[in-house]
Amino acid sequence: MRFSRVLRTGALVAAVGLTLAACGQPNSEEDANKSLVQRAEDNGALTIGVKIDQPGLGLKKPNGSYEGFDVDVAKYVAKELGVEEGDIEFVETPSAQRENMIQKGDVDMIVATYSITPERDKAVDFAGPYFLAHQDLLVREGDNSIQGAEDLNKNKKLCSVKGSTSAQNVRDDFAPNAQLQEYGGYSECLTGVENKAIDAMTTDDTILAGYAAQQPGKFKLVGAELSNENYGIGLRQGDSEGKQALDEAIQKMIDSGEWKKAAQKHFGPAGYEVPEPPTVGEVVE
Amino acid sequence: MFDFLTEYDILGAFWVTVQLTVYSAIGSLIWGTILAGMRVSPVPIMRAFGTAYVNIVRNIPLTLVIIAMSLGLYQTLNVALGGGTITTTNFRLAVLGFVLYTSTFVCESLRSGINTVSVGQAEAARALGLNFGQVLRMIVLPQAFRSVIGPLTSVLIALTKNTTVASTIGVAEASLLMSEMIENESDVIGLVFMTFAMGFVILTLPVGLLMGRVAKKAAVKR
Repeated sequence: MRFSRVLRTGALVAAVGLTLAACGQPNSEEDANKSLVQRAEDNGALTIGVKIDQPGLGLKKPNGSYEGFDVDVAKYVAKELGVEEGDIEFVETPSAQRENMIQKGDVDMIVATYSITPERDKAVDFAGPYFLAHQDLLVREGDNSIQGAEDLNKNKKLCSVKGSTSAQNVRDDFAPNAQLQEYGGYSECLTGVENKAIDAMTTDDTILAGYAAQQPGKFKLVGAELSNENYGIGLRQGDSEGKQALDEAIQKMIDSGEWKKAAQKHFGPAGYEVPEPPTVGEVVE
Repeated sequence: MFDFLTEYDILGAFWVTVQLTVYSAIGSLIWGTILAGMRVSPVPIMRAFGTAYVNIVRNIPLTLVIIAMSLGLYQTLNVALGGGTITTTNFRLAVLGFVLYTSTFVCESLRSGINTVSVGQAEAARALGLNFGQVLRMIVLPQAFRSVIGPLTSVLIALTKNTTVASTIGVAEASLLMSEMIENESDVIGLVFMTFAMGFVILTLPVGLLMGRVAKKAAVKR
């Protein structure tokens, strides 16, 4: 009796384990080895990872649709690969899981403020860059005490998202004497700036512009170019055919003027001057 | 492959975790005992307060409690708890949040311990002329504590792991460093995870074993 119970429990655990393992890999082995171009052609659909909580870049709206610059880029390149807008499945890709989700095949590609860095390049391939962003500072409209990173050293209170590169840059390089407040999300930082509990918030200017555009007249960007963030489209490592196709699609988007239009639409309202498009294949250090 | 370990102050981050745990544990033990006393007291308004407090705070997600400390107390009401810099303020706010939250669990564990002490003991004590405070302090609580060391250990271990929530308001403890390492070392995410999981096991396992022994020794033989 006792033995059979153990056996039964064991069988149940094994079954659950197998089911979970099967869930972990939605695409078959064969499918995963195909290039992005081939998959788009065969399935007529693509799964694209985006951010869902960043106004101006990737934001999920209450009606379930997505909007933002990243989303527009994703739609454009998908169309170039022969996938219509309606056949794109957008999936949230939190920063910490991006590499993992590409490697597991949960998403075909990721367009989610994904900066190209040497460490990430070891795990995934990048097409692009499709945008060159810079770390910047957001302050209250009318607050002129912060003009650049050096002003932060005057015991200013600065906010960023915990663990982010922007936060580390400030602490280690730009303003080691500034007081750094880290929060789980940008919204908490923004309320802090609004409440005057915090003097400035820092991250990529694209993200800041998105937040500033949400509440016009309350915040402004300082325009300090503190770093270069090359946004690329992440895809599975070794997929050179897919990378080439994406590079061409990005180039076409830039050449056709669609790029400028999308950038103006999403970043323009914040008074953020849309920069020149980057050179595809050239990562600015 | 493991060179990332030396680049970061992992021990320092875990030291902050330990400090958070210890201060919060002491605070919640004190506040939790007071709450338990209120819940069994003969004064109706104290009983009502204790019951309401436990039932409300226990059912709020911890993340909300901690964020409320920072957004509500610090940002809006400007309560800095005497902390001069953001770092010390956040640490104190986090400890306060953990104490408010964890004390509800301490209170409920302790109350179940109080129930193990037979009514006859309290009655006998009262017959000797001891008042409520004295009965609680000298007769009931000493026995109750001895029987709830096991459950309190679970609360302590849960608290140790709960301290990771402090990273949402920027306390530089282990999980905040983990977020940083995930951001920078995306090619070895699995190893980063394992390092921190190991760290927490190293912290909590000995506590569990030690307290298990203490519980056995201290248990009231009936």
